[in-house]
Amino acid sequence: MIRLDGVTKQYPDGTVAVDDLSLTAPDRAITVLVGPSGCGKTTTLRMINRMIEPTSGSVTIDGQDVLAMDAAQLRRGIGYVIQHGGLFPHHTVERNVAAVPLLLGTSRREAISHARELLELVGLDPALGRRYPSQLSGGQQQRVGVARALAADPPVMLMDEPFSAVDPVVREQLQDEFLRLQDELGKTIVMVTHDIDEAIKLGDHVAVLQVGGRIAQLARPAELLAHPADNFVADFLGRDRGYRALGFQNDRVPLHDEPVVPMGATVADATAQAGSDGWVLVVDDRRHPQGWARPADLPGEGSIDERSLALGGTLARVDGPLRVALDAALSSPSRRGVVVDGDGALAGTCRATEVLSVIEARARPSDPGEHAAQAVR
Amino acid sequence: MSWILDHLDDILSLTLRHTWLAGVPLIIGLLISLPLGWLANRHRRLRGVVIVGAGLLYTVPSLALFVLMPLVLGTGILDPLNVVVAMTIYTIALLVRSVVDGLGSVPEEVARSATAMGYTPVRRFFGVDLPLAVPVIAAGLRVAAVSNVSIVSIASLIGVNQLGDLLVDGFNRAISGELVAGILGCVLLALVLDIAIRVLERALTPWRRADPGGAA
Amino acid sequence: MIASILDWLTSGASWSGSDGILARLLEHVGYTLLVLVIAALIAIPLGLWIGHSGRGRWLVTAANALRAVPTLGLLFALTLVLLPVLPGSAAFLVPSVIVLVLLAVPAILSGTYAGVEAVQPAARDAARGIGMTGRQVLWQVELPIALPLLISGLRAAVLQVVATATVAAYVGLGGLGRFLIDGLATQDYASTAGGALLVAVLALVLDAPFALLERLVVSPGLTGRSRSLRPSEPNRTAPAGGTT
Repeated sequence: MIRLDGVTKQYPDGTVAVDDLSLTAPDRAITVLVGPSGCGKTTTLRMINRMIEPTSGSVTIDGQDVLAMDAAQLRRGIGYVIQHGGLFPHHTVERNVAAVPLLLGTSRREAISHARELLELVGLDPALGRRYPSQLSGGQQQRVGVARALAADPPVMLMDEPFSAVDPVVREQLQDEFLRLQDELGKTIVMVTHDIDEAIKLGDHVAVLQVGGRIAQLARPAELLAHPADNFVADFLGRDRGYRALGFQNDRVPLHDEPVVPMGATVADATAQAGSDGWVLVVDDRRHPQGWARPADLPGEGSIDERSLALGGTLARVDGPLRVALDAALSSPSRRGVVVDGDGALAGTCRATEVLSVIEARARPSDPGEHAAQAVR
Repeated sequence: MSWILDHLDDILSLTLRHTWLAGVPLIIGLLISLPLGWLANRHRRLRGVVIVGAGLLYTVPSLALFVLMPLVLGTGILDPLNVVVAMTIYTIALLVRSVVDGLGSVPEEVARSATAMGYTPVRRFFGVDLPLAVPVIAAGLRVAAVSNVSIVSIASLIGVNQLGDLLVDGFNRAISGELVAGILGCVLLALVLDIAIRVLERALTPWRRADPGGAA
Repeated sequence: MIASILDWLTSGASWSGSDGILARLLEHVGYTLLVLVIAALIAIPLGLWIGHSGRGRWLVTAANALRAVPTLGLLFALTLVLLPVLPGSAAFLVPSVIVLVLLAVPAILSGTYAGVEAVQPAARDAARGIGMTGRQVLWQVELPIALPLLISGLRAAVLQVVATATVAAYVGLGGLGRFLIDGLATQDYASTAGGALLVAVLALVLDAPFALLERLVVSPGLTGRSRSLRPSEPNRTAPAGGTT
């Protein structure tokens, strides 16, 4: 557990970057500091590993006062990831990943072979270990940065805008993999970002900071979306708040049986199965949805293959967030949202109106509802 | 000090000759370096040749270059042309690199949008690339100017007159006033050339002075 | 004229003896190495310290301003000042060596400093962030990354020293400059031009080991040498799951 207590950072010229800030980052959870530039989020992060010394207040990790520890020793026990990865350009990728174990006195061979395993863990080909950072793409460099932070298996990780230097597609991918990794590793993480969507996606707890280094609100993402503490937070959260909040409301939606045809079925069979709107769902031999087809548009003699499918519909999961269920219905060519079970096999289809009814039946945002966050501080 | 006051006329004429010997090569060198740098910037292979060649030329010590010039030019050993050509060579050796770097520093998107708007290569060079490369080229030119002033004084050893004469004569006859006059003259001349180039650079790059908050 | 120069260069007489080409060549190399070692011992630690600590940047500016002082003037002035104080042959050697060191220091200093300065802030930040001590940051990150510019500084210093040592023959220093200066005084163009050729070749030859040094000690990650392999993104694991 990382605990900041009444921490203030004032620079010699009088600027107050962080003002009497108190925050607890619970074990095995991701705590995100988010806010506009100049809100002191990076300063706050850097006071945890003493890259910046607080003017007053205390910072403890598992009850130990960081200010009483040797700064370099402290940092070797904390994973540190920054924008662009901050890789050493003159070292190979695997030497970069091995940096902390080598500082801690691990033998070179052991450190390097462990580094290769870590590369694999973050989704890189270990063969890339022999390359230099300049030979990697931005996304790959970012992964190496994460691997380096994990190398000494620190219980605590600090991440400063770790995914913001890459394009949106790669960023999304890195975020998903990062969440998967965190499920597995359960690190205590404090992360800084300026991107509220990233904060809501990744954070177990989100602290919204405002300029001057004060916490405007600290809450779970769902609570933040449903009950912003003030106008500043509401503005910062931006548009589509109500819709985005649905992403945190998991519920069953009424399912309908959907007639299906297997891949390779004749167009005549498909026509027989198609609903009144002419669309029919195509599945593979494990009943995994493949796409929608409209037999009327296909040559009568043929059969259903990859090219017959209208793609683009999203899939929802039974018990998944309502936002995804609604989106599945809206994005489906037949307006019937495809819902799958945990294994990815078809469970049925849902209708937008019925998803909305489920939403209607639930607690209103103004109610102090079931999703109100447990106080974190 | 009194030596300086007594010999103001001599100092002035030597300064003028020094300015000429250091300044003319600067201008000729720039005029040659621009097309050379432009070509080198466009052709990757040529770039290596030009940069390595410039490095080699710069390796030749100044006194040696002065002395060897008559062999190449067929001039007499006392001919000031030796110095002008040698200094031009040094200037090119220094500047070509700056021109290549300067043209290389033009943001890719700017160069591309100029081409997309229909600039011909020549128009683009004079209208877009060259103006944007001015700061880097000017930095190279300032280094070359200061270095030229210092190197030209060495030409006194081969009998070409300029401020270096004060150094040599002051040393030989142990007249410290004359020696100091020579050093001060060179430093001042270097300073004046440096300032002149800065002023020119400022005049050529008005956008760098623009108040970033001032624009609408 | 060229024939007489070749004659001079190829005759055994000009190569042998204490004032022959071989002896002068060794002298010239000797001065250069001596000066380079002294200058490097001063400038490299200083440049690393300034770059690492960010303090004393004015020293770099001051050293660079020194370049506006004409080499010849500096050489003459210092010799005049020191000549009466120094005994015997030291009177010729010491002022020249001091001037040569003064000329070599700015090149090495600004190269070293610029090299450390060129370290990306992110790499320095990461080095501290993963728990390197100040000393480890300097030795393991800043110095290796500074090497290309540091070595450029050394190469510039070598050229400067070889050239100026030639001129210093005028104030009595040995080395290849003797052939130029004495040849000019006696209007012996063969020895002047021959000496000039030798100096030019020496400057080239002395530059070569540094180019080699650069290849040996600079990490391929910092040079273009490893760039032939283009950055790629082919090694991603399977894309994240099917649901949004």
